[in-house]
Amino acid sequence: MTDAEDLRRRTAELLAAHPPAATQRLDFLRARFDAGLAWVHFPEGLGGLDAPRSLQAVVDAELAAAGAPDNDPGRIGIGLGMAAPTLLRFGTDEQKRRLLRPLWTGEEVWCQLFSEPGAGSDLAALATRAVRDGGDEAGSGGDWIIDGQKVWTSSAHLARWAILIARTDPGLPKHRGISYFICDMTDPGVEVRPLRQITGEAEFNEVFLTGVRIPDSRRLGAVGEGWKVAQTTLMNERVAIGGSRIPREGGMIGVAAADWRARPELRTHDLHQRLLTLWVEAEAARLTGERLRQQLSQGQPGPEGSGMKLAFARLAQEISGWEVEFLAEDGLTYDDWTMRRPDGVDFTGREAGYRYLRAKGNSIEGGTSEVLLNIVAERVLGLPPEPRTDKDVAWKDLPR
Amino acid sequence: MNDGTSPAGTPAADPDLLYSADEEALRAAVRSLFADRGAPATVLAGLESASAHDAGLWRALATDIGAAGLLVPEKLGGAGASAREAAVVLEEAGRCVAPVPYLTSAVIAVTALLGCDRGREEVAAPLAALAGGGSVGVLAVPWTTAPGGASEGAVRAGADGTLTGRVTSVADAAGAALLLVPVRGPDGPALYAVEAAADGVRTGSVTPLDLTRPLGHLTFDGARGTLLASGERARTAVDGALLAGAGLLASEQLGVAEWCLAETVRYTAERTQFGRPVGSFQALKHRMAALWLEVASARAAARNAADALATDSPDAPLAVAVAQAYCAPVAVRAAQECVQLHGGIGMTWEHPAHLFLKRAKSDELALGSPGRHREALAGLVALDAP
Repeated sequence: MTDAEDLRRRTAELLAAHPPAATQRLDFLRARFDAGLAWVHFPEGLGGLDAPRSLQAVVDAELAAAGAPDNDPGRIGIGLGMAAPTLLRFGTDEQKRRLLRPLWTGEEVWCQLFSEPGAGSDLAALATRAVRDGGDEAGSGGDWIIDGQKVWTSSAHLARWAILIARTDPGLPKHRGISYFICDMTDPGVEVRPLRQITGEAEFNEVFLTGVRIPDSRRLGAVGEGWKVAQTTLMNERVAIGGSRIPREGGMIGVAAADWRARPELRTHDLHQRLLTLWVEAEAARLTGERLRQQLSQGQPGPEGSGMKLAFARLAQEISGWEVEFLAEDGLTYDDWTMRRPDGVDFTGREAGYRYLRAKGNSIEGGTSEVLLNIVAERVLGLPPEPRTDKDVAWKDLPR
Repeated sequence: MNDGTSPAGTPAADPDLLYSADEEALRAAVRSLFADRGAPATVLAGLESASAHDAGLWRALATDIGAAGLLVPEKLGGAGASAREAAVVLEEAGRCVAPVPYLTSAVIAVTALLGCDRGREEVAAPLAALAGGGSVGVLAVPWTTAPGGASEGAVRAGADGTLTGRVTSVADAAGAALLLVPVRGPDGPALYAVEAAADGVRTGSVTPLDLTRPLGHLTFDGARGTLLASGERARTAVDGALLAGAGLLASEQLGVAEWCLAETVRYTAERTQFGRPVGSFQALKHRMAALWLEVASARAAARNAADALATDSPDAPLAVAVAQAYCAPVAVRAAQECVQLHGGIGMTWEHPAHLFLKRAKSDELALGSPGRHREALAGLVALDAP
């Protein structure tokens, strides 16, 4: 078993062989991956050492202290947080060997082709089709021809690869006729158009798929089992959104508190009361996330993960709304309406008005708060499900 | 606490927010005791009896399980455990609104005594008595007193060591044999021990909102007391006791909220209206799911306070302020939702929901309201008022 001491030694060896000051960034990242120090809990040869996940913090701390470059997780979050765990669980050996290293180093950016204009919260209602062209009777080989439209796709304009879900059997109920693929974004038939949003920038894209040909070797999981594979991705997405480790007063509450300290002339009693309440709630949410991590590192995963995203979304909206109000006349202005194409999401940079508008998406992206509350109620609390009319009906017969 | 870069500072060490195997074993023992002898229906039946506490239940908890001595070192007659274990007892006590003086006697009074010179017989003897559970002691301050807010003006001590004055709304005063009285003496603040049965002490009972935690007005009219500590020592002992009380009250509030949520989920999953279990309606599910999230956060905040108190962390005042400001409203909301989502049955005396509402609402006022704790926090994290 790899322990903390062993990881410190391996990290020191990596730093000795590739001194950050004298090594190209990409060379260093590749060497780190090859040394198994990228994701220590991944298997050997795939960026890890089969070590406990909690020990990643040891490696990260040592490398940060040595001034080593990181892989810019804000820019490649979809690859790291969603594609990688799904590949690890469902990918073939060949897929893992080919894809994980450039994913981790950031040489190849990933995006996620899940949501559709007609299927948001009801993701399993998706209509993008995948039709087999060739292949054998047993269900493998040949190519898949993809036609449809996806939306809300972050990083699609930068991406080399996408994880994609598409309908392979419209004759089955909606959750059962879906398959999961890896799509090469450079293939003919893939068209990416920016989608300008409430903040003025185009962080997301629409993706049009017209006769895109995907070989069967780039399917993840069995034909028709794509919904199960997608659950792994979505679970990891929610953990990634709500689960990053932050210090006390980290994130948005830190910006609000700094505003308060810097602008005594704007203070009112009402705003003071509300700031303190938000401060307490942010600290309680931080401790809840910390408790969840402690449970995970002891091998007792708790259900709190499904709730963290809800708390994060509500707090981000309330705190940023407070900030705009606190800033008074400055709150009436906006920093820049130019249509930009940001590489990643910045939740604490830019001005309060931007944060306020961007935070509105937090309760929609990655599962709306309403859907997550249903999930908590049914899966955590065990409350009875809503009656459903779509359960055993073939997708093609559902009203749309 | 301040490191200069962030006015809020950061905790010295990562708090342990989980429960240890020993703590879970203690929980199992306490829960099984309460299930046998302190179920809500039993508490309900005993409510209007003459006695302040359920004496049998208290003896079993305090003496048989040894919970009264958790905070007392072994050489002084206790179990040598910490605030983390006491917090687990309080979670279970909250889960059944147990009518026992655990928080007042085994946490607050004991902590006040531990803050005095333990080498003196006048301190060690009552400490051992409280730790054994044979005697109940209370700190004679109004139950609304926040940490740092003990009034030194209510009772005066004369040069001859006799006390005069009146303290209102003291929790569990009626069943207490030992009163720890913060006073204003001839030489500043001091802490005295007074026998409740002594001449010149009167305990007047009050009808409390929370029937499971009796309140009494204490009148001292030339009562003879024993000096336990004076000056800064006395002030620190009283503040430390109130801080521990407020911090661990959060665990009681967590237990109250947990029972309310669990019972509401159980009931709404069974109760049918409009041809469906009412718990299948989204409007109700969302309320319960939102409450679950708050309870999960209350657990983290309460554990953080208990751990900070157990490790004597410099972060303790902040952790306690956060826990009280967060957990008190969660317990109230949970109890209110419990009454509402039970519909008519929630309004009846025979259903125990009202016991939890009364306890939660009283707990919100106890040991400093959420507003008082937020005010304390403002000072601790440099978010000054206008």
